Amino acid sequence: MSRSIDIKLRVNGENVSATVPARLNLVDFLREELCLTGSHVGCEHGVCGACTLTVDGDTVRGCLMLAAQANGKEITTIEGLADSGQSTALQAAFTKRNALQCGFCTPGMLASALGYVNAGGAADRDAIRQHISGNYCRCTGYQSIVDAICDVIEETRT
Amino acid sequence: MKAPDFDYLRPSSLDAALAMLAEHDGEAMPLAGGQSLMPMMNFRVAAPEALIDLADLTELRGITVDAGTVRIGAMTRYAELMSDATVQAHIPLIGMALPHIAHDAVRNRGTIGGSLALADPAAEMPALMLALDASIEVTGPDATRMIKADDFFLGMFETALDGELITAIHVPVATPAQRFGFHELTQRHGDYALAGVAIAQTDDSYRAAFFGVADRATRVPELEAALKRQDDMKVVLTYLDQIDFTDDLKANHTTRQRLAGVALTRTLKGMTA
Ligand SMILES: Cc1cc2nc3c(=O)[nH]c(=O)nc-3n(C[C@H](O)[C@H](O)[C@H](O)COP(=O)(O)OP(=O)(O)OC[C@H]3O[C@@H](n4cnc5c(N)ncnc54)[C@H](O)[C@@H]3O)c2cc1C
Ligand code: FES
Ligand code: FES
Repeated sequence: MSRSIDIKLRVNGENVSATVPARLNLVDFLREELCLTGSHVGCEHGVCGACTLTVDGDTVRGCLMLAAQANGKEITTIEGLADSGQSTALQAAFTKRNALQCGFCTPGMLASALGYVNAGGAADRDAIRQHISGNYCRCTGYQSIVDAICDVIEETRT
Repeated sequence: MKAPDFDYLRPSSLDAALAMLAEHDGEAMPLAGGQSLMPMMNFRVAAPEALIDLADLTELRGITVDAGTVRIGAMTRYAELMSDATVQAHIPLIGMALPHIAHDAVRNRGTIGGSLALADPAAEMPALMLALDASIEVTGPDATRMIKADDFFLGMFETALDGELITAIHVPVATPAQRFGFHELTQRHGDYALAGVAIAQTDDSYRAAFFGVADRATRVPELEAALKRQDDMKVVLTYLDQIDFTDDLKANHTTRQRLAGVALTRTLKGMTA
């Protein structure tokens, strides 16, 4: 029956095989089946960015992709970004700059920010704001998040 | 909310996909990037019996240039369009518009074919296709046909597709006689536009396509004629009266008409600078 699908993928460097219902979102699969609860679920329609993760190196919305569509893909969640050290500098800068309060937006914000930094984005406040415009934060007012991202870019390029 | 249950089908060829589409007789929907379809299903405004994932259809991929036309496969993602050298060289208007479409994470999955098939009245791509005088290549079980962008968008979320898939988009290569302009007004970067316009100017003729203003992307022939005559801007703007502007929670029709005028004025200034 095509309502349950067999998938094979890599998650944070590990091979995973599973049989998933067709309607299961990627982010729900990661949270509920694999207990990787770092990616958060806010709106479930692509607007808040809390579920942002990377698929084959590109940031995507975990709520707008089916687990079935992830067959054969390499998924990296915030757990993977943190364990591999990719997000260490950003995490330290977020802490230093008070760029998180409740932390709900933080995993998605870090994934988006990392996309910007890795693409060689400039320490330009307007460009950073534009880049993170798809990630909602209801606590910080964004100012400190922009500060943290700027810090990391300035540190790594000097 | 979560989407209602459905079958997930993953054909490996265009023919197989078309056969599945016909077999489900209107109850199945093609899945491209899912950046509009997934939210629609999660909101339960769409509840297809089956999704036909187009991801493996190599027929819907690739960007090629032939005889003065760029052919863009329907499954080309926004992010691929942004970084493609052919598109950058031959369709400058696409590069001007893309940064305004959604956000990185959405552009990494959303496709040009999906945007055109959806025909959201506030989307940029349909207006771009009108301004560029593009043609949409669509394939059904029996034949492939080319539909002019001018004849493709029939209303809000309504197109000329009839049990068919968009296979590619054909855009004329920009010539030295052409200039392009784009401007949109939004509440927040990456949001759908409250009003926007895409313009292609060839010598003294204009194709100006407005979006976010009415039930579909819209050209106003009298306004384009006024631009050609180089009428005073005050006169040009009076032809916006011919658009049936949308009223919604974000802006009423008066505001939208003003914003369309602002977008047009700014775009033209940018082009002549
Ligand atoms: C947060 C957010 C912000 C956004 N902001 C913008 C914006 O500013 N401007 C904008 O234009 N869009 C915006 N979008 C929508 C985005 O551009 C979508 O990606 C696009 O509208 C649909 O492309 P898709 O490939 O994701 O198609 P899907 O969502 O997969 O499909 C859309 C529709 O097209 C049909 N379809 C798809 N491919 C084909 C085909 N080849 N042939 C026939 N039918 C097909 C599907 O059945 C469905 O009905 C936004 C989306 C999100 C989540
Ligand atoms: S939960 Fe995916 S964008 Fe909000
Ligand atoms: S820290 Fe609370 S939402 Fe961003």
